[in-house]
Amino acid sequence: MSALLLENIKFSWGKRPGSFGLQLDRLELAKGESVLLTGPSGSGKSTLLGLICGTLSPGEGSISVLGQSFNTMSGPQRDRFRADHFGIIFQVFNLLPYLSIIDNVLMPLHFSEVRKLRAGKDVSSRNTEARRILKALGLEQFDRQKTRELSIGQQQRAAAARAFIGAPEIIIADEPTSSLDEGHQANFMELLFAEKDKTGASLLMVSHDLRLAHRFDRIISLEDICQITEAGQAA
Amino acid sequence: MIIFRLAWLSLLNRRLTALLTILSIALSVMLFLGVEKVRHGARSGFINTISGTDLIVGARAGDVQLLLYAVFRIGNATNNISVKSLDDINRRAEVEWMVPISLGDSHRGFRVMGTSSDYFTHYKYRRNIPLAFEDGVPFDDLFDAVVGSDVAAELGYSINGSINVAHGTGNVSFGASHDDKPFRISGILKRTGTPVDRTVHISLEAIEAIHVGWQAGSAPRAEDSISADAVRDMDLTPKVVTAAYVGLKSKIGIFSLQRYINNYRQEPITAILPGVAFAQLWAIIGNAEKALMIISIMVIFTAFLGMIISILGTLNERRREMAILRAIGARPVQIFGLFVAESAALAICGVVTGIALLYGLLAVTWASIEKATGLYLQFSAPGQQEYIYLLIIIIGGIVAGSIPALRAYKMSVSDGLTVRT
Repeated sequence: MSALLLENIKFSWGKRPGSFGLQLDRLELAKGESVLLTGPSGSGKSTLLGLICGTLSPGEGSISVLGQSFNTMSGPQRDRFRADHFGIIFQVFNLLPYLSIIDNVLMPLHFSEVRKLRAGKDVSSRNTEARRILKALGLEQFDRQKTRELSIGQQQRAAAARAFIGAPEIIIADEPTSSLDEGHQANFMELLFAEKDKTGASLLMVSHDLRLAHRFDRIISLEDICQITEAGQAA
Repeated sequence: MIIFRLAWLSLLNRRLTALLTILSIALSVMLFLGVEKVRHGARSGFINTISGTDLIVGARAGDVQLLLYAVFRIGNATNNISVKSLDDINRRAEVEWMVPISLGDSHRGFRVMGTSSDYFTHYKYRRNIPLAFEDGVPFDDLFDAVVGSDVAAELGYSINGSINVAHGTGNVSFGASHDDKPFRISGILKRTGTPVDRTVHISLEAIEAIHVGWQAGSAPRAEDSISADAVRDMDLTPKVVTAAYVGLKSKIGIFSLQRYINNYRQEPITAILPGVAFAQLWAIIGNAEKALMIISIMVIFTAFLGMIISILGTLNERRREMAILRAIGARPVQIFGLFVAESAALAICGVVTGIALLYGLLAVTWASIEKATGLYLQFSAPGQQEYIYLLIIIIGGIVAGSIPALRAYKMSVSDGLTVRT
C-alpha cells in the first residue's frame, strides 16, 4: 500500500470552454519515501496539492491516500482525513499571528483525535511533545512568543514543528525554503529530514531549487507527469 | 471549543476595531434600553398622575376631555355640576370619600383650583403616594392658598407670601381680577411630577368669596363690591363645582356607581374611570414613543451594519489565516462558525457593555432626572421584557455576523489551501 496514489486524474477549474485544467496519469509516493516535485510556476502545482490534500476533487480519476479512496469521501470527510494524516508546510505565513508559537504547534491536535492521542495522553504530555519538536528544530526558547517576534526562518521551522506534531503519515511541503537564505535553507532541510526519519513519514516537497535534490529518494518533474489543459481542447 | 477560543483570540488580536464595534453596539443598546426606560417611566408616570381615585365625576362630556380638565387642568369644563347632585352621589353606599374641585381662575399662568382640605389626604399619585408638604400646612383660613412646587419655584414664593388670583385662565388677565381679595400662602407642596405642581389650591369657599357680586363673568362695580372682611360673614357654601374625585369602599362598586351617575336624571353628569380614560389618551399621544422606539431600533441596525462592514473589511487579509486553518484540517463549516462566533462575541460584549453603561448612567443621573423633569425612571434590574429584547439583539448580531461568515465560508471552499488573489 502506497502512502499516496493518483491515477488518470482529469481536473478542470470550470465547465466553460477555455477554462484551465490539469491532467495527470500517475503519481505515487511510497510509505516513508521522500519525493521532490519540481516544475516552473504555472505547471499546476497548487492544483495538484489541492487534489492531494483533498480540498479539490477531480472530475475523473482516482486518488487514494494510505489505501483509502478520496473519491468516496465527502468534502468534510476529506477535511477530517487531512487533519488526521497530513502535515502541511506553506511557502510563507504559516502561523496564526494571534497565537503563541507553542499554540500554533498544538493547533492540529484540536482538529484530530488521532494525532492528539499520538502526541500524548494528556495536556502536559502533549505540551512536552510540542516542546520536544520545537527543541529539535532549535526553537525551544521561543515557545511562548508571538509569530511576529520570530524571523522568517524561525517561522518556517515552527511550521515544520506543527506539521510533525502527532506524527502524521504524510508531510506536504510547498516550497518551504524559498523565502530562506542559503544557510537557513540547508539548516531547515537538515531538521526536516531528521524529524521525517524519526516519525517515518512520507515527504512530498514542491520546489524548483534543484540544489536540494540530493536529499530526496526521487525527483519528479511536474512537466513529465502532468499537462495543463484547456477545456474544449483535445487533451 | 477551539473555534470559540480562536474567535476570541482573533478578536483580541484586532482589539481596537473590536472595541469600537463593541462600543457602537453598546451605545445603540444603551439608547434602546434607555428609550424603553423613558417610555415606561413616561407612560407609568402619566397613567399614575392620579391614583387611589376610582371615579371622576363631571358634566357630561367626552371621557378624555373630562380627564384633561379635571386632572391635567387643560382646557375648560363644558359645564359645572351642582353640589346637590354630588350630595346624591355621596349618599350612595359605595362611596367612601368625595373631593369636589372648582376650576376657572388662574394666577400668573398657573391654574387656581378650589377644593376641600380632604384633597390633601385623598389625592394620590404614582403608586398611592399622598401629597406631602415641603413647607407649611393645608389651607385653614378662607384666604389661605397652597401652591405646588413649580409655582413656588418659578415665582419664588415662600410661606406667608401674598398672592392675587386673576379671573379666567389666560396667562395674562385683562383687567378682570380678584386683587381686592389677596391670599396668603399657607403651604408649599413637595414635587410630584404631576399637574399638582403647577396648581394653586384654595378652598371652595374662597372660590365663592372672590366671586361674590360677580355676574356673567364681569367684576362688580366698585360701589357694589364687598370687602374681604365683609365676605367672611356671608354664606359661602358653593352651589356648583367643576368636578369631583370619588373614592369607593370597594372596587366592586365602581360599575354600579358609574351606571347610577351616567343615568342620573336631574342633571347631565358623567363618571369616568381614570385608568380607562388615561389609556384612551395615551393611545393618542403614545405614537411619539413608538417613533422614538423605531429610531432606537434603527440605531441598533446601524451598529450591526458597522459590525458587518468591519468584519468584511478584514476578510481579505484573513484569507491566509483561513487557508492555514483549512490545511490543519478545519472544515469550511468551522470557518463559518469561527466568524459567527466572533460576531456573537461582539454582540454579547456590546449588549453587556450597553447595559452597564445605561445603569451606570442611571445610577448617577437618576435622582436629578426626576428632579429636573418629573420623569420617574425605575432604577430596577432589567425585566423579562428587556431580557427578551436583549436576546433578540444578540440573535440579531449573530444573524448579521453570518453574512461575512457566509462569505468566509465560500472563500475557504474556493481557496482551499492556496490563496488566489
